[in-house]
Amino acid sequence: MRQARIVHTLLRVWLGLVILFLLLPILVVVPLSLSSASYLRFPPPGWSLRWYVSYFTREAWTSATWLSLWVGLIVAVLATVLGTLAAFGLTRGRLPLRGLISALIVSPLVIPAIVAAIGIYFAFSRAGITGSAVGLILAHTCLAAPFVVAVVSSSLVVFDRRLEFAAMNLGAGPWATFWQVTFPLIRPAVLAGAFFAFITSFDELIVALFVSGSTAITLPRRMWDELRFEIDPTIAAVSTLLVALTLALFLASEALRRRGEWLRAER
Amino acid sequence: MSEAVLATPLRSARAPGRDWLLRAALVGPLVAWMIAFYALPVVAMLLRSVAEPHWTLDNLLRLGTDGVAMHVFLITFRTAAIVTIATAVIGYPVAFALAQMSRAWANPLLLLILLPFWTSVLVRTYAWMVLLGRSGVLNELLRWLGLIDQPMRILNTSLAVYVAMTHILLPYMILPTYSVLLEIDHTLPRAAAGLGATPFGVLRQVWLPLSMPGAAAGAMLVFVLSLGFFITPALVGGPRDMMVALLIQQQVDLVNWPFASALSAALLLVTLLVLAMVHRLLGLERVLRGGRR
Repeated sequence: MRQARIVHTLLRVWLGLVILFLLLPILVVVPLSLSSASYLRFPPPGWSLRWYVSYFTREAWTSATWLSLWVGLIVAVLATVLGTLAAFGLTRGRLPLRGLISALIVSPLVIPAIVAAIGIYFAFSRAGITGSAVGLILAHTCLAAPFVVAVVSSSLVVFDRRLEFAAMNLGAGPWATFWQVTFPLIRPAVLAGAFFAFITSFDELIVALFVSGSTAITLPRRMWDELRFEIDPTIAAVSTLLVALTLALFLASEALRRRGEWLRAER
Repeated sequence: MSEAVLATPLRSARAPGRDWLLRAALVGPLVAWMIAFYALPVVAMLLRSVAEPHWTLDNLLRLGTDGVAMHVFLITFRTAAIVTIATAVIGYPVAFALAQMSRAWANPLLLLILLPFWTSVLVRTYAWMVLLGRSGVLNELLRWLGLIDQPMRILNTSLAVYVAMTHILLPYMILPTYSVLLEIDHTLPRAAAGLGATPFGVLRQVWLPLSMPGAAAGAMLVFVLSLGFFITPALVGGPRDMMVALLIQQQVDLVNWPFASALSAALLLVTLLVLAMVHRLLGLERVLRGGRR
């Protein structure tokens, strides 16, 4: 019995260490972003906000950020609409070629990004849509939609359809039933899907590396160029802001998911 | 009114033949979009490896005779194998410890594991550049402790690739394993212990076999994702750590498109073979749902 307790304690210590291993490397960018030195130096010789100023005032960084933001938003909307519709089609009864369709939708999650990226690059450069936001939006929607389908499907699978039948029995048409009964109940999943879709596009580098050319530089692409060729601590400031943004979006989607579970538990 | 009341739920029961058309119309837009902007481009690219400059198998055959390509594939497999083993050894006890806890403790800790999962891979890779660099955190710390005089070269070595990739892929191992461990009936290990099994015996004969589907799903996922890794080996690895994805990018930059396509075809084939193996062993849908039933 004592042996079991020792094992138990060791397991918890291990758990704590691994969580530190997962989190600490991410947090290391924070002190670096506040350093006054213009090169990588630890611990920082002094503190300053100059790298945040540099990020917000340099056109190369701000234009990349705007591009990523609005491409991400458009992708989130497109992927959420297309993905939610598809989730309904896939979960509400029989569908011919279902296995094939699922495989197609799941494929971006398992096919190596580089394989997809060069395929898309070859096709888009022939069509003349590389170096433009359009190309990025078309491609990123394919990468983001599978997340929406997955999240929305899993909420539709546990959805109690008797609620819809009840609404229809009370005289609601399909349209009213959808907007007044179905959608409010799956809204947390749809919004969580939209978050995932946005982050997928906002963080995407490999397709952007090929498709964005030299005229549609996204934020990850800008960071990549910086990391490959010249590192100044501006990238630490960008990283810190990205970690903060991820944390905020993550907490928001987590709150939504809880609300979804709460709604389900209420029934 | 009374007619409408009864009509709606019955209609779907009476005319099932027409219903799939509606469902097809719902799935249609996404399927069309993904065929046009994803599937067709990838298939066309794969065809390029046999159709250019004319119909030939030269590009694919070149893979087998090209020393560099073979070597790069070997490095890719080695890296994927090492990272898979590392995540399994580190991750399994974590999932196990989490599964032993009450939900009130496990849920917040799971969030701490999921947060890095959603943080940009670029940011995480940059963090490792900062940690492992010549004047990085680790070297400064070791020097301050008096353990070394000269900074060690860790960044731009294989070790840096293994460490950073393990960091990035660890959640893919922990989450499926955890969700399968949670489903194990907790009376089974207790019964085994009651029948005289040692704690180690319970682990080896009850927990491990019952959690195998989740652990195997996680390991396969880590292996498959490792094969296609690009960003991390490019930034923290040295010139001798070139993985397939990097070689493909290099060939595209050299406008050697047919060979880049052949390399992609090979990478895709290997990925699909591993997935097919997983599918035979465990069922693919289950793996993608994180090992849950």
